[in-house]
Amino acid sequence: MKNPSFPSDVSSVLLLAAALAVPAPLFAAEAAPAPDPLRARELVHIVRQDCGSCHGLTFAGGLGPALTADALAGKPAEGLVATIVSGRPGTPMPPFLGIVSEAEAVWIVDQLMRGFPADGGAVPAAQAR
Amino acid sequence: MNPKKPARRESRASTRLAPVALWGLVLPAIVALLSACSTVPAQQAVRGTGDLGVIIERADGKVQVVETTGRSVLATVPGVGDLSHASVVFSRDARYAYVFGRDGGLTKVDLLLARVDRRVVQAGNAIGGSISHDGRIVVAQNYAPGGIKAFDADTLELLAEVPAVTEDGTRSKVVGLADLSGNRFIYSLFEAGEIWITDFSDPRNPRTQRFAGGKQPYDALVTPDGRYYIAGLFGEDGLAMIDLWNLEQGSRKILSGYGRGETPLPVYKMPHLRGWSIAGDRAYLPAIGRHEVLVVDTDSWEEVGRVPVRSQPVFVMARPDGREIWVNFAFPENGWVQVIDAVSGKVTDTLQPGRAILHMEFLSKGQEVWLSARDDNKVVIYDTATKQPIKTLESASPSGIFFTSRAARTGF
Repeated sequence: MKNPSFPSDVSSVLLLAAALAVPAPLFAAEAAPAPDPLRARELVHIVRQDCGSCHGLTFAGGLGPALTADALAGKPAEGLVATIVSGRPGTPMPPFLGIVSEAEAVWIVDQLMRGFPADGGAVPAAQAR
Repeated sequence: MNPKKPARRESRASTRLAPVALWGLVLPAIVALLSACSTVPAQQAVRGTGDLGVIIERADGKVQVVETTGRSVLATVPGVGDLSHASVVFSRDARYAYVFGRDGGLTKVDLLLARVDRRVVQAGNAIGGSISHDGRIVVAQNYAPGGIKAFDADTLELLAEVPAVTEDGTRSKVVGLADLSGNRFIYSLFEAGEIWITDFSDPRNPRTQRFAGGKQPYDALVTPDGRYYIAGLFGEDGLAMIDLWNLEQGSRKILSGYGRGETPLPVYKMPHLRGWSIAGDRAYLPAIGRHEVLVVDTDSWEEVGRVPVRSQPVFVMARPDGREIWVNFAFPENGWVQVIDAVSGKVTDTLQPGRAILHMEFLSKGQEVWLSARDDNKVVIYDTATKQPIKTLESASPSGIFFTSRAARTGF
């Protein structure tokens, strides 16, 4: 972990302190306010159904890997968010930015890691955007 | 179905206490109670199965048994497992539907009695299946553990398994399984990029031939005459083809470089390939990462045109007479359907049959097409001549629609 541009031990300690000051869980909690209920329902439906085309409705996996809380445990949230936003080149995973915002991707990852909500169905046609 | 159990218990209790003379009253009551709870269609008259089909109710693990003459739902059969992705093949006599579910379940549904005949969970994660030409062997294609498994079509007893493992120990997901003559099956290996043909003429001792394929095959088709096998490739700008009449030539690439070196657009759902792509002397194939349908001459296998369409095509299905080609699209453009005229090679109709159109199925002569609108919980039936809806059926989160006319076709 020693950064060549900060050779002194003092710098290393400072860096460590800085890293501790921003623990990983805050990334999800602070950067991702929950979407409004209608949008949350829409996102849950998209993730369950359309991500489910490849990852399975139960997220047990398919062409894409499993996305259950167990399967994702220990994986860094930032990497998962980046995968949703930018896709994963060389695999069938496409970038979803534009369909979901980055903040929504953070919320989706957070929900996946907690065990994703059940699908409440599509947003009623009258309320669909 | 909860009311059924208490009703039964009460009936049994009263029969035990009843004098013999009361049986004449009690028995019809039991029969009436049971039949009221049953999902078996009311009429038990002799009927054929040629106009039957099944609709997958994706979220609930159920299938609807439908008939296409009166365009109605005859029954709903529960207990079919996780149907996130499901496909169906039919027995030769078109009485039974074999449903392959995502959870690795293989369920044999009796269409006439509208009930599960048998069910086995044969893998952790499955994608589809096929049935042998003699109708005796059902083969499942699996993602996990990657490979194929063969079952006795009557009993669903496991006959043989072929793991999709290559020399370096890689186990591949199996895609694009199709039936060939002589109880052979052909399929592609996603990770290994190979095409395998397994011969089940001795069902418990299958023999497998291997061919080079291409990078990341995602699905495949066998032409309706059984001569050509074409695998769509995700990882490569082209498709792999094998002439099954000239196997010694191995596979070759067709439509190489159809992407013209341009950066592919995102693919939010993989296209599905089956023999429905062939219309007359042309094949209509979905491009990957381009919003186009590729038109290929089935003699020379050269590109003879391409049709710009609304989004990433998923199903590119020729009406059975080949006169027009219906196309649906990947999320988020999945509320649209376009129709390509085979003569002019242009899109003639753009339709919005409902939200999240996941699948289309033509009647065998093509006069109607049934479309599943997942997010509207309905199946919409269109007249293909007028392009107008004829009827709507209620269906819970419908995905695949499969008519028994598939029983008679190679590659279905």
